[in-house]
Amino acid sequence: MNELILSVEDLTVSFDGFRAVDELNFYVEKDELHCVIGPNGAGKTTLLDMICGKTKPTKGKIRFKNYDLTHMLEYNITRAGVGRKFQNPSVYEDLTVLENLEISYPRKRGVLGALFFKHGTDIHKEIEGIAGQVYLADHLKTKAGQLSHGQKQWLEIGMLLMQDPELLLLDEPVAGMSSREREQTAELLKRVAKGRSMVVIEHDMGFVREIAHKVTVLHQGKLLAEGSMEKVQSDPRVVEVYLGD
Amino acid sequence: MTPEILAMQAFNGLSLFTILVLMALGLAIVFGLMGVINMAHGELMAMGAYTTYATSLLFEKLMPGLMPVYFLVGILLAFAVTFAFGFALERGLIRFLYHRPLDTMLATWGLSLILQQAFRHIFGPKEVGVPTVSWLQGAWSPAFLPDAQFPLSRIFIVMLALLVSFGVYMLLFRTRWGLKIRAVTQNRAMSGAAGINTERVDAFTFALGCGLAGIAGSSFTMLASTGPVTGQQYVVDTFIVVVFGGVESLLGTILSAAIIGQLQSTFEYLMTGSMAKASILLLVIVALYFRPNGLFASKVRR
Amino acid sequence: MGNGVTAIKDESGRAKVVHVSLVERLNRHAFVILAVLLLLVVPLALSDFRLSLMAKYLCFAFPAAGIVLTWGYGGILSLGQGMFFGLGSYMMAMFLKLEATQADSSAQALAQFFGSNLPDFMVWNSVEELPWWWEPFHHFWFTLPAIILLPALVAFVLAYANFRKRVGGVYFTIVTLALASIMAIVIVGQQGVTGGINGITNFKTFLGMDLFDDGMRTKLYVVTVLLLLAAILFGRFIVSSRLGKLLVAIRDREDRVRFSGYDPALFKAFIFAVAAVFASIGGALFTLQIGLASPSLVGIVPSIEMVILAAVGGRLSLIGAVYGAVLVGAAKTLFSENFVEYWLYFVGGLFMVVVIFLPQGLAGLLDRFRTPGDKGGQQ
Repeated sequence: MNELILSVEDLTVSFDGFRAVDELNFYVEKDELHCVIGPNGAGKTTLLDMICGKTKPTKGKIRFKNYDLTHMLEYNITRAGVGRKFQNPSVYEDLTVLENLEISYPRKRGVLGALFFKHGTDIHKEIEGIAGQVYLADHLKTKAGQLSHGQKQWLEIGMLLMQDPELLLLDEPVAGMSSREREQTAELLKRVAKGRSMVVIEHDMGFVREIAHKVTVLHQGKLLAEGSMEKVQSDPRVVEVYLGD
Repeated sequence: MTPEILAMQAFNGLSLFTILVLMALGLAIVFGLMGVINMAHGELMAMGAYTTYATSLLFEKLMPGLMPVYFLVGILLAFAVTFAFGFALERGLIRFLYHRPLDTMLATWGLSLILQQAFRHIFGPKEVGVPTVSWLQGAWSPAFLPDAQFPLSRIFIVMLALLVSFGVYMLLFRTRWGLKIRAVTQNRAMSGAAGINTERVDAFTFALGCGLAGIAGSSFTMLASTGPVTGQQYVVDTFIVVVFGGVESLLGTILSAAIIGQLQSTFEYLMTGSMAKASILLLVIVALYFRPNGLFASKVRR
Repeated sequence: MGNGVTAIKDESGRAKVVHVSLVERLNRHAFVILAVLLLLVVPLALSDFRLSLMAKYLCFAFPAAGIVLTWGYGGILSLGQGMFFGLGSYMMAMFLKLEATQADSSAQALAQFFGSNLPDFMVWNSVEELPWWWEPFHHFWFTLPAIILLPALVAFVLAYANFRKRVGGVYFTIVTLALASIMAIVIVGQQGVTGGINGITNFKTFLGMDLFDDGMRTKLYVVTVLLLLAAILFGRFIVSSRLGKLLVAIRDREDRVRFSGYDPALFKAFIFAVAAVFASIGGALFTLQIGLASPSLVGIVPSIEMVILAAVGGRLSLIGAVYGAVLVGAAKTLFSENFVEYWLYFVGGLFMVVVIFLPQGLAGLLDRFRTPGDKGGQQ
């Protein structure tokens, strides 16, 4: 077995008595593209929320490399090398694409650093490079708020790339995209996955089949099945839960 | 510290509490339920007080024989006037600023300045007082504490506040209209889809909050005289009470008013009035630091 | 290029020649225009009396500019800047008062008569000895840094503690309201050591120079303008830096900024501290010019008035804050000279009108006159 980059153990969280995630064990290997699927309300987004620090678990442990993420603050988790993309594209609408990417540059995050930050040619090259990867090279000066839904998703992925995380958490990266955009995103993610570990939540099974190394199925906060896409799709419990994919 | 003084001291806290409760309930409805920050809330209280004052003048001039009744009429009129004003205010100004709480604060602050000046113009810069009606003059001494004096007027206010609080509770939780209010404030879109006229409910809810301030003002006349800036003096306290109680909880508001009211009169007994006020504000800010959502924060799924 | 014409790139990357409106050109040179107006035009055009009035208006441009930074860019509405204005004002007043007490012959006489060398109001209030926290203000080398550092420290700690706890915007605003109220109450209540409701007054000299002669007035005007221009430049530097963009990001999506690896509380506290320093400097200059420090500039009412100055100018415009301060200040003088009673109607109406119809203030009005060749944004 490959080296583990993320290990989640016995993870539980309840909201007012409702167990959104129930004693879940979840492991991600280094350089693995690991998809998480399951019906609505299965706890997928909540799982990512807890890994990146948005929600605090009631029980359990989350280990990333040699960090214990369980009780860390969000920005420290990000600095440790975890990047999160949200379900609804979360970009800084009033800033341009360039500025969005620039902000995501993973250095100089203190007050003085930010105040005296010089936008040198190195950084600009890097920004242009990443903008190119996410198909936004021509839109550097466009305000993020003016981008289309799909472009905003790409921008957010671009912002993550700028941060250069070792573990990417993507929540429904192709939601609301046209089929052409989905193809482009699949390309993008396969490129991005090289040398990085990814956890991707998706509903589009075709997309999952195309990119996933490993698939985990969640149901009612618990792990239902795990393995390759073929193995999971033929698992009768999964079929039952999905009532036919 | 004799039992009499203790009792009277506690009662003082209680009567202060009732004013705070009425003011805070009104604000809690407006702020807690609707998310609107009406900085002119204090001026609405003053409006209620001034209305009562005007009623007393009217009765003195035209119906001196009916003076004993003027106060009750005054309270009703205070409610009516402030309710109507609140209704107009919501329709004319507030509803354009619903998603901009900070802007609402500033705009209503501007309104409060205008109202203060208007009071000055109409009623003069000096404070005015109302005569205590005959049946509220004097004090009551309970049999078991013959040396303690509890002014009848204050007892009346306490009763009134209890009655009004109860009335508000009944309205919100036992009537159809109250149901509509709660529905709209919790889920506007669905309520609209269910056929509720959300605009009318908004106007009514806001007006109700203002009307409560009016009643508070009316009661206030029994405790002290009213001037153009009286409202402004209470507005910060009222906000603090509401925030401390937990903005979305009416029960929290009442408890908060009780605690703060009692603390205030205790402090006033121990130190000068201004230092008492300052200390209370400071204490509450510190408490808020530890519980930013107030005493009764509603549990929200993060 | 000149002559109102410039070149921009259109979508396909080709250069296009476009007319830039007068407004845009004004905007680009807004700072220089302001500097010229304040340093050349105004002193020549106004009488000494009006010039000193102008200097007083400009003192309020400091807190207004600070509010532009915290509110316009940071999304933090402070309704308590009077606190910091008051801190600067009172610290300067303490220094001036101690200087006057030691230098002034009538104060000496008073001291000998009462057997103490304390400031007059302390003597009148039977205060026995100078409180320890007055002592350091004997020295200018303490007072000047204190005017800058103390409000910064207080503001930073207050804001960081609050924002770390993720206390929402509205609650923080109410806290600033309450704190300003508390400070005013305490100052008035402790009149033995603060001068009470009358404030601290009766000083004549500053570092040996007579405060009230004409030459001094002009010097104070120039110093005020220079400091104000410096403050604006500093503000601009912040806004155009990465920190400025971060503030905008925090204002719009604070949660997301955490996932970009930043601690938003740090930056919000920083900008709040900057605004506090601005307000404090304004307060100190004001005391120098008016010869008194008063609690009437500390509480809720003056604090909220400072916000309207920023709102009138345009909450995203530092230079607008200066114009806002001057316009509203001049209006106040006008009203108090002619129609005292109507001032509150005017200011109240101004609040309502600006908030409802002109959320971007005067600067926003100017924005409407831009043509396609103009860059967006305000200065």
